[in-house]
Parts: sequence; structure tokens; C-alpha cells
Amino acid sequence: MSSLNQKSLLEVRDLLQAGEVTAVEAATACLQRIDATDATLKAFLHVDREAALSQAKELDQAGPDPDKPLWGVPIAIKDVLTVDGMPATCASKILEGFTPFYEATCVTGLKDAGAVILGKLNMDEFAMGSSTENSAYQTTRNPRNTERVPGGSSGGSAASVASGQVFAALGTDTGGSIRQPASFCGCVGVKPTYGRVSRYGLIAYGSSLDQAGPLTRTVADSAVLLSAMAGHDPKDSTSANEPTEDYLAATLDRKDLKGVKLGLPKEFWGQGVDPEVEAALLRAVNTAKDLGAELVEVSLPHTEYAVSTYYIIAMAEASSNLARLDGVRYGHRDKDAQELIDMYVKSRTQGFGEEVQRRIMLGTYVLSAGYYDAYYRKAAQARRLIRQDYLDALDKCDLICGAVSPVVAWKMDELIGDPLKMYLMDIFTSPLNLAGLPGMSLPVGIDSAHSMPVGLQFMAKPFHEADMLGAAHALEQAIGPMAPVEPV
Amino acid sequence: MSDEKTTLGVEDAAAIAKLARLDLDQDVLARFAGQFNAILGYMDKLSELDTSGVEPMYSPSEHATVFREDRADNDRFSRDDVLSNAPESDGSFFIVPKIV
Repeated sequence: MSSLNQKSLLEVRDLLQAGEVTAVEAATACLQRIDATDATLKAFLHVDREAALSQAKELDQAGPDPDKPLWGVPIAIKDVLTVDGMPATCASKILEGFTPFYEATCVTGLKDAGAVILGKLNMDEFAMGSSTENSAYQTTRNPRNTERVPGGSSGGSAASVASGQVFAALGTDTGGSIRQPASFCGCVGVKPTYGRVSRYGLIAYGSSLDQAGPLTRTVADSAVLLSAMAGHDPKDSTSANEPTEDYLAATLDRKDLKGVKLGLPKEFWGQGVDPEVEAALLRAVNTAKDLGAELVEVSLPHTEYAVSTYYIIAMAEASSNLARLDGVRYGHRDKDAQELIDMYVKSRTQGFGEEVQRRIMLGTYVLSAGYYDAYYRKAAQARRLIRQDYLDALDKCDLICGAVSPVVAWKMDELIGDPLKMYLMDIFTSPLNLAGLPGMSLPVGIDSAHSMPVGLQFMAKPFHEADMLGAAHALEQAIGPMAPVEPV
Repeated sequence: MSDEKTTLGVEDAAAIAKLARLDLDQDVLARFAGQFNAILGYMDKLSELDTSGVEPMYSPSEHATVFREDRADNDRFSRDDVLSNAPESDGSFFIVPKIV
């Protein structure tokens, strides 16, 4: 790995701005790193070498621009977000060959800030999964142990960042899909408040849950990206008209945790978490205490209902959202079908993978006549109770702290045959999406039993991303960020 | 949710597949039915939760509906753009197999 690939985004950005590294050199270092590692990692579904180098060349000709906070920085994008002119498959056969002619607003935000887009990253098909094993194309490996999963659904994003292929990647988080892979691979992953980042151009899975966010190797790096992504967008009616702030300045300002009240939910600690994971998390929480944080116990009493509530709502929304994939306007079509309904059925049956079919069917079931009230409406009521739990807890503290995942990255094939067991792994991440609040994962150590990374989750009040980033940054300074690794 | 445990058979799975416009083999339907029973059985836990009087929450963004001027936006994309990914098109329309 070249010394350039080991630098943080902030360090590279400063070198680029100072003219000590050119945009072409930065892009080339990343492309070489991808060439050297991706046969093993399989993080990328599409590398756009020519577009990236020509964009970098253009930037170099114009020279560094201090008004562009990501000038010349190579970044890669999860394949669920559209980039004008690049394929977008959502890791599904049904979208093979689809090239969008429009772009996700958050991607345009990165480009406007000067970022160079290298390509598209692997994921679970339509973001449905917690291991990236549901991709129709390839299975991404965890760079810290290639026999283990990178987490999911943004597994390509996390593996790419953690292995030094890119300085940052975008992911999306519907029930933990940024935070959990970040935790599994040992990088930082931020899920903003629902409405903080526009969903325009994010191919919808669960429209009331989805948010795009950054994965990076340091907290400050994520803050730079969030500033370029956040803000109101008239093209997304659920995007919030709330003021944004300079997330980087707010992050770097925090030197310690004096005056910060960290709430530890009793439902997240002491049970249901692997003891080695909990030991690593406790060391981090004690470091936070040394930095001045005050620890308080809080309660999220409806936690035991969160996974049921989450999957009912997510699957219901998925079944509605994916109804549009019918072989008419884009995507795969069965060419032999003789009439319309037959074409819908054959195209969808051939195009969707098994987990997507399973979720569409369960979503169809919970929305169908006779079951709507018992499942979907009931879950929507439980959702309000869960949100209220979080808001009540956040009245008693500044940030909620706990595990991202009850376990470290599991082995390939370990859970793929048992969908329910895999769903239950989302216990600590999915309620935050139901509540619509911001959360993030910070790597805080390596567990002693499996030598795999452990992530600590911070959760904040709506639109208080800066509080969360600042506290995570202060803790990161004490613990030290995780360096990129050679895949082993 | 009923008091009885949810139990779905292969025929139920086939009926759901039909609603979802999917056509799955018997062995897949049998496997799915078993998995659905495990998943729905777990979800039935929600029935023990008292939600009387709780207003359903369908989205975290509960602000009023956003309005815009009722005007066609013909400038953003061209017809060629919109047809560019069509599996079959005559340059003006999407072509589909016969409907009746």
C-alpha cells in the first residue's frame, strides 16, 4: 500500500490543496490499490477508470480551489445511489445494464465540492441484507479477515474504505446498513437524521427509513462529507428544511467530553451482547469517562419489539417500492413472454434474488386485506412508541451509547441459510431508523476472541449530528483511528 | 394479530407469490413457507404490546404535505433520456406485449 493510500481524507485534501499531490496522482493511487486488492475483496461492481482520470485531469488543469472542500479527493459510491452516466444495478440482475440519466443529489453535492467519483460499490441486493452475501454479482470479503463477511448492506463501501482503496465512500442505511458494516470492517459510518440528506436518486427500499451517509477512516473525514451532502432539496419532499452547519469545524472543536452526558440504555448492555464485544465497548466508555463524560443509565423499553416493527415496515415498503420493476420501462425483461402479466411475472421471477423475493412476499402479506391492521398498522403504532423512547432518553442525556452489533463480523455462509437469525442481528441499529434519528459507528477496538473490529454506536437528537461527531472525534483522538489494512 | 400462531402452507405461499407477481417452484415455496412461519411467528410478539390510542407513525417526516406549482416540468429530461433504458421502444413509446 502506498503511503498516500494510508492517509486520511483530510490529510490528502490538504496535500491536494497545497499542490503537493495532484488530483491525477490521488486517483491513480486509489485505482492501483483497487487493482491490487479487489480480486480478493470484490468491493467494486464498476470502476470508471477513464471518467475518473479525465475528471481528475480537468481539476488539475484548473488548479486547486479552496472553496471546494473535497477538491481532487477520490470517492466511491454504493450502487444504490445514482451517478449520472454510471451503471446502477443495486447488485440485482433485474437492473443489469441500467444506466441512469439523473443523479442523486448527495452525489452531485460531493462532485460540486470537487470529489472525483471512481465507481460503484457492491451491496446486498436492493440493500436487503446484513452481510453483502445477497449481491447477485459477487460476495465482498472483510479486509480484516477475508473468511468473514464485511457486514451489510453497504459492505462494499466499508471494505473499500477499510482496505485503503478509497478515502471515503457513500453508503445507505435503512436498518443499520452503514453503521453495521462500518463496525464489522473497522471504519467510521454515519447515518444522518431522516430528512437531513436528500433521498433523490437513492433507489428506494424503505422510503420512510432510508438515509445516505458517509463511511470513512476518521470522524473528521465523515464530517467533511456530511457538510457536502446535507441540506434541503426540493426534489425530495421528505428532505428537511433545517439549517445545516459546518460539521467539520464542530467536530474538530471538541477536544474532550467535559459536560457531555452519555446515556447507556439498560436494554443495550449486560445481555444479548457477546462478552468480548461488550468488554471492548466498556473500555471505550471508560475512556470517554476519563475524558470528562458523565455516564447515566437510560431506558428504551420497547427495544424487544424493534426488530419485528422494523421488518414489518421495511418489507411493506419494499413490496410497494419494488412493484415498479416490471420489465416495462427499464431493467430486465423476459423476451419470450407473450402477454403483459406473463411478462411482469417472468421478468420479476428471473430478475430478483431470493432474499428480495422473500421480503417482497412478506411485505405483500402484511399489507394484504385481513392482515393490514394486525401487522402494518400495529407496527406503525409501535414505531411511534419506539421513537418516543428515544426522545425521552435523549431528554436525560446528550447522546445514547451502545453496541452497533451484538457480535463481530461472522464467517461467510454462517447465517445466510437462516433469515430470521440474520434479521435479529439488527436489534441495536434498526430502531434508530424507525425513530428517524442520527447515529454513527466508531471503531473502538479489536475483540480478543476473533481479532475483529468492534464499533461503538452514538445516537443523537434529531439534526444534532454535530454533537455526535464531536464526541466521537474526542474519543477517537484518545483511542486512535484504525489504520487501513492489507486483506488477509 | 390473532391469538393463534400464524401458519402458512405451500398454497398460502403460492397465493402471496401470485399477488407479488412472482412464479416460484414448489420447493422454493415450501422453503419460503417454513421461513415465513418462523419470521411471522417472531413478529406475532407485537400482539402482546398495548397500542390502544396510539396514532400510527408512517414516517419520521410528519411535516405538512409539500406543495409546488402545478406545472409540467418538461425541461429536466428529454424523451430520449426517458426511453434510453427501455427494454423495447419505437423511439416514441415503450413497447409491451399484447395486453388482452
